[in-house]
Amino acid sequence: MRVMCTGRVDPAYVIRAFENGADGVYVGGCWPGECHYVTEGNYHALGMIKLTKRILKLIGINPERLRLEWLGASEGIRFAEVMNDVAAKVREIGPLGKSEGLDEGLLKSRLETVKNLLPWIKLVERERLRVAVGSVEEYEKFYDSEEMDKLFRELIADKIDTSLIMALLKDGPCSNAEISQKLGIETGEVARLVGISVRQGLVKLDEKQKVLLLPGVKEQARA
Amino acid sequence: MEKELIDKEQFEQLRKSLGETNTADVMVVGAGISGIQASLDLAAMGFKVYLVDKAPAIGGHMAQLDKTFPTNDCSMCIESPKFIECSRHPNIEIMTYTEVERVEGEAGEYKVSLLKKPRYIDEEKCTGCGVCVEYCPALVPDEYNQDLCLSKAVHIYFSQAVPLVTYIERDKCHFLQDERCTICEGACKTKAINLFQKPERVEVEVGAIVLAPGFEPFDPELRNDYGYGIMENVVTSLDYERLLCATGPYEGEILRSSDKKHPHKIAWIQCVGSRQVIEGGNSYCSGVCCAYTQKQVILTKDHDADAECTIFHNDIRAFGKDFERFYQRAENLPGVRFIRSYVSIGKEIPESKNVTIRYSTTDDGVKEEEFDMVVLSVGLNPPTEFEALSSTFGIELTEKGFCKTNPMNPMETSKKGVFVSGAFQGPIDIPESVVTASAADALCGQLLAHQRGNLATAREYPEEKDVSGEDPKIGVFVCHCGANIGRVVDVPSVVEYAAGLPNVVHAQEALFACSTDNARQISDTIKEKGLNRVVVAACTPRTHEPLFRDTLREGGINQYFYDMANIREHCSWVHSKEKDVATKKAKDIVRMSVARSALLQPLEEFQLPVDKRALVVGGGIAGMTSALSLAGQGFEVFLLEKEAELGGIARRLHYTLDGMDVQSYLKDLVKKVYQNPYVHVATNATISEASGYVGNFVTKVKAENAVREIHHGIAVIATGAEEYKPTEYLYGQDDRVMTQLELEEQIVKGAEKVINADSLVMIQCVGCRNKERNYCSRICCSESIKNALKVKEKNPNADIFILFRDMRTYGLREDYYREAADKGVKFIRYEQGAEPEVAPGKSEDGRDVLKVTAIDYVLGKKVELDADIVTLAAAVIPPAENSDISKFFKVPVNPDGFFQEAHVKLRPVDFAADGIFLCGIAHYPKHIPETISQAYGAAGRAVTILSRDTVTASGAVCEVREDDCVACGACITVCKYGAIELVDTPKGKKARVNPVICKGDGLCNPKCPASAIYLKHFTDDELFSQIDQAVPSLAKAGKTAAQGAKN
Repeated sequence: MRVMCTGRVDPAYVIRAFENGADGVYVGGCWPGECHYVTEGNYHALGMIKLTKRILKLIGINPERLRLEWLGASEGIRFAEVMNDVAAKVREIGPLGKSEGLDEGLLKSRLETVKNLLPWIKLVERERLRVAVGSVEEYEKFYDSEEMDKLFRELIADKIDTSLIMALLKDGPCSNAEISQKLGIETGEVARLVGISVRQGLVKLDEKQKVLLLPGVKEQARA
Repeated sequence: MEKELIDKEQFEQLRKSLGETNTADVMVVGAGISGIQASLDLAAMGFKVYLVDKAPAIGGHMAQLDKTFPTNDCSMCIESPKFIECSRHPNIEIMTYTEVERVEGEAGEYKVSLLKKPRYIDEEKCTGCGVCVEYCPALVPDEYNQDLCLSKAVHIYFSQAVPLVTYIERDKCHFLQDERCTICEGACKTKAINLFQKPERVEVEVGAIVLAPGFEPFDPELRNDYGYGIMENVVTSLDYERLLCATGPYEGEILRSSDKKHPHKIAWIQCVGSRQVIEGGNSYCSGVCCAYTQKQVILTKDHDADAECTIFHNDIRAFGKDFERFYQRAENLPGVRFIRSYVSIGKEIPESKNVTIRYSTTDDGVKEEEFDMVVLSVGLNPPTEFEALSSTFGIELTEKGFCKTNPMNPMETSKKGVFVSGAFQGPIDIPESVVTASAADALCGQLLAHQRGNLATAREYPEEKDVSGEDPKIGVFVCHCGANIGRVVDVPSVVEYAAGLPNVVHAQEALFACSTDNARQISDTIKEKGLNRVVVAACTPRTHEPLFRDTLREGGINQYFYDMANIREHCSWVHSKEKDVATKKAKDIVRMSVARSALLQPLEEFQLPVDKRALVVGGGIAGMTSALSLAGQGFEVFLLEKEAELGGIARRLHYTLDGMDVQSYLKDLVKKVYQNPYVHVATNATISEASGYVGNFVTKVKAENAVREIHHGIAVIATGAEEYKPTEYLYGQDDRVMTQLELEEQIVKGAEKVINADSLVMIQCVGCRNKERNYCSRICCSESIKNALKVKEKNPNADIFILFRDMRTYGLREDYYREAADKGVKFIRYEQGAEPEVAPGKSEDGRDVLKVTAIDYVLGKKVELDADIVTLAAAVIPPAENSDISKFFKVPVNPDGFFQEAHVKLRPVDFAADGIFLCGIAHYPKHIPETISQAYGAAGRAVTILSRDTVTASGAVCEVREDDCVACGACITVCKYGAIELVDTPKGKKARVNPVICKGDGLCNPKCPASAIYLKHFTDDELFSQIDQAVPSLAKAGKTAAQGAKN
C-alpha cells in the first residue's frame, strides 16, 4: 500500500490489519535525515512503531509482528532482503493469536479496546511522548528508557488494562482472581486498577459476593 | 505603493526595447543534468526548447553515478524524475543521438543544422520492451557500465532511459556489418526495427543557444597512469561508481574483474589527471574528487563493514556546503586511513593480481603496501569535442579547452546569444551545474523576453464530466509490459479475475499500457463505456502516474479517479521464479486497487493568480544582479537593503584573482540598478512582517521611517554574510594583526607598513573548521593567495608565509596557488590542535616584529617567523538577521546559520517553500563569479513562476472537517510547512489548512485525536479499504462495500 510518508501511517492501520487476521505488518520508508518533504515524518513513524509495539506486547501480541525498516528508493536489493526476512520471521512466529495462545474472540476484543483508545493515545503522544526530531539515537534512547516505561505504564497501559477489565465485566460480574486469570494481569495490578475505577464510579464492588460488576450490568442482571 | 508603479506606456516601450529578435525558441545542447535543468526552466518560462544530445538517452554522467555527495542521495532516483518531466513537457522536444552540424545567423535568429544519427529503430513504434535485446546474438561492451560488462548490439542505454527506445550499434551489428542476421526484426512485435534507416538532417531556428556539453572524465589509459589499462584491478572512480551501483555490472556487488572476488583492501589515489603540470595532465584542481572519494569510501563501508579503505591524497578540499562534516564522517569510520602522500605504483602481484603502492609519510618514511583494488580519482576534462564546439558555435575557448566566459558573467560566451552552463565553464559539481543552467536561462529570458510564450503550446483537454451522482464504474487495464509482466504473471487470468470484482464494468489486457496507442485506447474506452474510475495494473506510479492521469483527462474525467496497481516492481520482477504465486499476488494487488478506486473522489487543482512583482531582500552583488535580471526579463522588482548604501560586503573588495576591478564593477551595477525603471530600491530597509504564499506574498517594510506594504509573487533572499571578528592571534590588541579584508584595504590605500613590510605571515582557517564553526569558509585560501600575489606585485622582495591546514584553491584557482609558490610565497602546513602562536618580539637585527611559531610538518620541526604584518583568514559568518528572515518567510537555516536550500543537488537556489529563492553568500561563502551565477540562477527560477498567470496547487492536500475539529493544534505541531493555522469560526476556533502551502505528506493525519484532518486521495477510508482487501478471506465481508456507500 502506498502512503505519501511513513509518518502518515496511523496506528489504527496496524490494528486494523491485525484485526483482519494479518500475521505481520511492515512499514518502509525513507532513511532518517533523507526526508523528501521537510517534515521528517519518518522520525514520527519510528516513535509510532515503538509505541505500537509496546501496546501489542501489553495485549499479548508478539511485537515482532510489526516491523519498520528504512529504505532508499535505490535499495531494491536491500528491500528484497528485508521482505524475505520479514516473511521468514513472521513464519517463525506463526499464526496470529494461536502462537500467542489467544483465542480469536479475546484477540478481537483486545484489538478493539486498543482501537477505541487511540484518540487518547494520540493525545498522550503529543503531550508527553514527543521527542524533538534530531536523531534515531535520541528516539531510541527515549523510547527504550525507564522514564518511558513509567510513562507508558501510567498513561497508556493502565488505560488499556482498565478498558480490558471493563470489557470483561460487560459480559458479567467477575472476581479479582477471575479477572487476573482471564486477562493475564497480576492480581495486585487488577486490585489497583479496579480500585481506581471503583473510586471513579465506573465499577461497583458487590460486597457480599466479592465480585466486581459494571453499574449498568447490575441493573440488567436484576431485570 | 501604487503611485510608484511605472506607467503602462513606459512599460510597453521598455518591453519592446529589450530586443528586436524574432524567434522564441531556444536550443539546449547537451542533456546532462545541466541541460535538463536549463530545458525545464526555459519551458516553464514559456519558451519552446530543443534539447539535443549526441548520446542515445538524456542524463549525462550523473546517470552513471551511484549516489551523490554530501547527502548520499541516489543519483538516478533524483535525476530520473527530471527525465520524465522533460519527456512529458509539451514545450520540450528531446532530440537524442543527434549532433549539431552547423550554426548560422546571430543572436535572436540562429539557424541550426542537426544530424540525427540512425538508431535503426523507429522511435515512434519502439515501446522499449527489450525483447529484441534478448534475441540479439552480438555481444558488445556496455558503455553505460564503463565497458565493465557486456550488452547487446541492440540495447537500451540504461533501464530508466528517456527516450525508452533501443538503438543499434552499427559497428557491432551482424546485419549492418555483413548482413548475416535479422533476428531482431522477427522478435519485434511492433515492427520498430528498421535496419535501413538513414541519417536525417533537421534544421531549426532558435533565438538563443545554451551549451551544456558537460565534461569528459580524465582518461588514465592514455598514459597508463598508475597501471590503468595494464593491471586489471586498477579502476577509475567512474568505473568504481558503476561497481557500487545496483544497476552496475555485478548488480551492486563490488567485485574485482580479475577473479570476481570482493576486494577487502582498497586504495584511492587522488588528483589523477588534476593538479599536474606535466604533459597530458591538467594543472587545475577538478574540485569534485575529494568529496566523491569520501562518498565512495562511505558507500564501500556500507557494502562491507570490514573493508579497509586508504586514501592517498594531497590537500583535502572540503570547501562546499556540508563537505567538512562529510569528510569527518568518512575519516571517522573504522578501517579508513587518510594518508597525505604522493604515491607510485609498485607492481602487480602475478598470483593474486593485487597491486602494490609506494608512499611515504613523515613518521615512517617510504613504504610499499599491497592492495586488492586501486581506485584512481580521475578529474574532469573539457568535453572531447571542445574544438568542434568552438568552431561550430563560434565561441572562444580557454587554453585548457573550457569555454571562455566573461568573469563578471560566467554564463556569457564570446558570442552573443550563446550561453554556457555546467562543467564546460570549468570543473564544477552538480549543484553548480544546475545553478548555471537556471542562470543561462535567465540570460536567454533577458534576450528574448518580448517573445516569451509566443511559440509555446499548452495542452487542451475535453471538458471534465461530473460523475458525482454515478455508482462506481471501474475499468481495469492489465499491462503485459512486453514480457516484463506477461512472462511471469498470467495476465489473462488477472483480467478475468478483475472483471469479476465489485464495481468493475470493464477489464482488458494491454501489451504496453503506456504506449501512445494503448493510452488512447484507454481514453476512448472511458468515453465509450462511461467509466468513472480507472485502474492500470502495470508498473510504478513514480514514473507513470502522470501519464495515466493525463489519459483520464483525455477521457474527460477527473484525473484523481486513477489508481495504479504495481504488478511489475512489486510482483513480476521480484517473483520471476514463482509464477503461480506471482499471479495470485497480482490479483491481490489489483483487488486492493479496485477497492480503493471505488472510494476515490474527484479533486480540484487550484489555480492561483500570480502577482508579477518580485521582492529581492539584500542589495549586495547577489541581490542587485538578481533584481536587474528580473527587470531585464520584464518584471517589476522591489530591492531592499538594510544599509544606507547598496553594495554589501563587496564594498570592501577591490580586486579578484582573475583581475576584475570590483569597485568599478560595483559602481556600474549600482548605477544600472538606480537607472532601471523596473527596479525600486529601498535602503535602510527592515522587514517587520511577511505573509502569503507563492504568487501572493505581502511583506511589510520599514524604510526611511515609513512603513509600507509590498505585494509580490516571489521573493529572492540575498542577505549576504559577514567577516568573523577574530579573538585569536592578538587581533584587536596589536594593529599589525589584521584580517584579509583589512589587508586588502591597506594594500589599495598604499599603506606603507603593508607595502614595505619585509615579512608578512598569513594564517588560514581563523574562526572556522573548528568546533564552534564546523565548516570551511571556501574563499579564504584563494583570498590569501590573491593578496599575497598583490603584495608581491608591489614589493617582490617581501617574504610571505602562508600557514595553512589544506590549501583549498579549488578549480581553476589552482593555477594562482602555483603562481604564488613560483613567486616565492612560502607555504607551511599546520594541523588542528597545533595552531601557530603569535607574540610580540624582536628580530635578530633588533626590529620590533611579531614572532610567529608553528610546527612545520614537512620539516618535522618548529619554525619561528618574524612578521611585520600578520593577516588572518577570518571565517565568513552568517548575519544575525538570518533568523528573522527565516521566521518571516518560513525558510530554514542550517546548523551553521546559512540558509538551507530545498535540495542540495537539484534545487540549489530554491527554498522548500514555493516561490522563495536564494542566492549569494547567504547560502554559503562563495566567490564573486559564483555569486553572480547564483543570482542569475535565482532570477531564472523565479521567472518560471512570474511568467505564468496562475500557479497550480495539487489537489491531494489536507482538509479539516470543522465539525470534528477540537482545535487542539496537534496537526499544527508537526506541519513544518506552516500550512495549518487556527482560525475563528462561528463554531469557535478551528484548524484550517492553506491548500497552497500543504504538500500532502499527511503527517498531521495520525496526530489528530478526532480524525478531523484528512489527506485527500489518501483518506482513512481509502486506505482501510486496501487493508481490508489485502487479506479478504479474513476481513469482514462487505466492509468495503459499506464504506463505499457511506462516501
